[in-house]
Amino acid sequence: MQMRGICLYMHIHQPWRYRTYSIFDVANNENYFNDSNYSSKQSNERIFKKVAEKSYIPTFDLLERNLEKHKEFKFSLSITGVWLEQAELWMPELIERLKKMVATGRVELVAETYYHSMAFFYNRDEFKAQVEKQIDTFKKIFNFTPVVFRNTEFSYNDEVGRAVEELGFKACLVEGWDKILGWRSPNFVYSAAGTKKLKLLPKNYRLSDDIAFRFSDKSWKDWPLTVDKYETWLDASANDGDTVNLFMDFETFGEHQWRETGIFDFMNRLIESWLAKKDHTFLTVSDRAKETPVGELSYPWTVTWADTERDLSAWMGNKLQDEAMSTLYSMRDKVIEYSKIHKNATILEDFRRLTTSDHAYYMCTKYWNDGDVHAYFSAYDSPYDAFMYFLNVLRSLEYRLES
Amino acid sequence: MKILMLGWELPPHNSGGLGVACLNLSRALAKDGCDIDFVVPYEAEHENIKFMRVLSASHIDPLFRFGIGAYDSDKVEEVFVPDIHIPGAISKDQVSIRQIQKTYCDFVEEYLMDYKPDIVHAHDWLTFEAGVLAKKNFGIPLIAHVHATEFDRAGGNGGNPLVHEIEREGLMLADKIFAVSESTKRIIHEKYDIPYDKIDVVYNSLDEDFLRSVYTLNKDDYKYIESLKSRGYTVVSTVGRFTVQKGLTHFLHAAAKALRKNPKLIFIFAGDGEEKNELVNLSAELGISRNVIFTGFIRGKKLRDVYELSDIFVMSSISEPFGLTALEAAHHGDVLILTKQSGVSEVIRSSFRYDFWDDNKLANEILAIADSTNLKETLIESIQNEYRKISWADVAEKCIKVYNEIDKHKRV
Repeated sequence: MQMRGICLYMHIHQPWRYRTYSIFDVANNENYFNDSNYSSKQSNERIFKKVAEKSYIPTFDLLERNLEKHKEFKFSLSITGVWLEQAELWMPELIERLKKMVATGRVELVAETYYHSMAFFYNRDEFKAQVEKQIDTFKKIFNFTPVVFRNTEFSYNDEVGRAVEELGFKACLVEGWDKILGWRSPNFVYSAAGTKKLKLLPKNYRLSDDIAFRFSDKSWKDWPLTVDKYETWLDASANDGDTVNLFMDFETFGEHQWRETGIFDFMNRLIESWLAKKDHTFLTVSDRAKETPVGELSYPWTVTWADTERDLSAWMGNKLQDEAMSTLYSMRDKVIEYSKIHKNATILEDFRRLTTSDHAYYMCTKYWNDGDVHAYFSAYDSPYDAFMYFLNVLRSLEYRLES
Repeated sequence: MKILMLGWELPPHNSGGLGVACLNLSRALAKDGCDIDFVVPYEAEHENIKFMRVLSASHIDPLFRFGIGAYDSDKVEEVFVPDIHIPGAISKDQVSIRQIQKTYCDFVEEYLMDYKPDIVHAHDWLTFEAGVLAKKNFGIPLIAHVHATEFDRAGGNGGNPLVHEIEREGLMLADKIFAVSESTKRIIHEKYDIPYDKIDVVYNSLDEDFLRSVYTLNKDDYKYIESLKSRGYTVVSTVGRFTVQKGLTHFLHAAAKALRKNPKLIFIFAGDGEEKNELVNLSAELGISRNVIFTGFIRGKKLRDVYELSDIFVMSSISEPFGLTALEAAHHGDVLILTKQSGVSEVIRSSFRYDFWDDNKLANEILAIADSTNLKETLIESIQNEYRKISWADVAEKCIKVYNEIDKHKRV
């Protein structure tokens, strides 16, 4: 009998939220990202510490315990560069713990753009630079060279595949969206259309989202989700291919699903119970990348893991986002030139922090009137406020470039 | 169901939004089968109102409506002299709001000797005493509908203690309270200690007559504004009574700050009130008089012209129970900037919101809109899907649900 596996992958990220940067700050003040008011909505330090308390710390506890207890337990992580910067500033102990986990050889790091940006869709050079910066950072901090890639928010199309292969990666994580897969199962490994040998690992979005989104939803017919029930589903799914790709945000644990929902107990017992069965195991993404593809997948249009549309509309769907991002990226050449001439990397760093996709997400208006998840995760009063302050920051950048 | 509505004004004999709200609410209720008798304190023809009976509590002429206005709670004892002779009941020639309220109560008492409505629905403190009388003496369930509290009218000052007393009694004795926004609900809870579960929020909606009527702007009437617009000016307006409650001095300070960054802004202040001179003076002191236009009191077509000419409508109120003018401006395609202290900002999400004291933020918002066509267009587009979200039919449905609950409870 073949082994049945879970390929667990989690994504850790926090943006550098820009503060409510006023038009009256332009030309007077170049501090965009540090809100001196700790209690403000945009205080990165406050948010980081809050999420650490609710999610990072208890989840690290859980993962470390299980790594120690079960030799077969493995998982994969992507950690954005901007998260690492903030952790270094406010909670360096988190980085130490991550280092130890990576050193076990059973925690694999997945590459992406350092700034969690949509740079691929605006400027290829910038995309490449940000991926390389992320690889360098992993080497420096963890002495680890990633071989698997995920693009921001799982945004992927065949073009992305070619670029990812050029950068030397063996595999890329993608959304296992029905419109692409059709009758095929997300539990297999596929080859990427248009590439020589890049492999694609599709997310099993049903089983992933059962945990990530539906776990605490009392109106869901399968609430409450028990380990027994979930394992039955996993086994049924693993009949069709042998490994289930469970890909989700790290903050699923403790922040999207609060401790009170029982998420930590659930995860703990799931790992225990899964490994207690014969022929059941965990795999990392590069374990999977060794498998032989069963067929080819083509993503002719861009698919992401967001919203019911699974497209880019949450980041590139309205005029505000278009204006903000195209103005930003149009400044890139000047910024790079300026920082070379003046031997000053600050402006480039500021520019790059602004490419973080969360900023565009805060300007999304598509569900704003319904006050849904977009509103919940926003650091600003409205998409319009997010846009207004972003443009003020751009004005400031422009002013610095001209002076 | 038989409803006795206690109101103070109905269009066209109204001085503000209270009458418009009462008319639209009653019309929607009648459409849903309610049999309504509506009491007003004056005597006049209401030719266009066929869906309910309008009863006059006195023979006073509605021309004195400014003397007995719904907004003059600071002058309740002040007597005014009608300059037209009125034949009939009112004592010789001097009347005050208090006297009219007493006459109003007498009338309601007499009415209740003959009729037995299922519910009494009273609008604002002006009619609360009559509502309480119906409840105490005749055992009829009372709904107190709060369009504004004395705390709103006083704009941060104490307000009239007598009015507070009347409000308190009405709110305490009512079986249910309707508040026009969450913020009004909060005030009722915090200032009068009324439990939250006794208060339901019933938002206002746009006037049906306003929506139905045909309107076109005659551009030749406004050549000056049009010429400014063609030179790239952004028109920012506000409409309302010039009182402390409206936060207009903060608005002027924000205007001055915005003008320093972008001189191509023109501000229209439409309205009148006791703060007028102060505002004119302040705009001169700030050195922005050339960019601020005071229109005086306007209504009807002229008011709609202001909405139509404007790009941005600002509601700068320190305290605004609802703020219907914002919906009217949205209907004319304006972008909205609303204070978080206005009820309408609870309903309209496609707008900028700021705290009334935060003139930096208001200036930022005006500048951002003036500066980005994309921002302006996105806001306009989004608000067009939103401003008619709540209809009077929805409001009526909500009221009737409450009527039925109270009625059921009464019978048990």
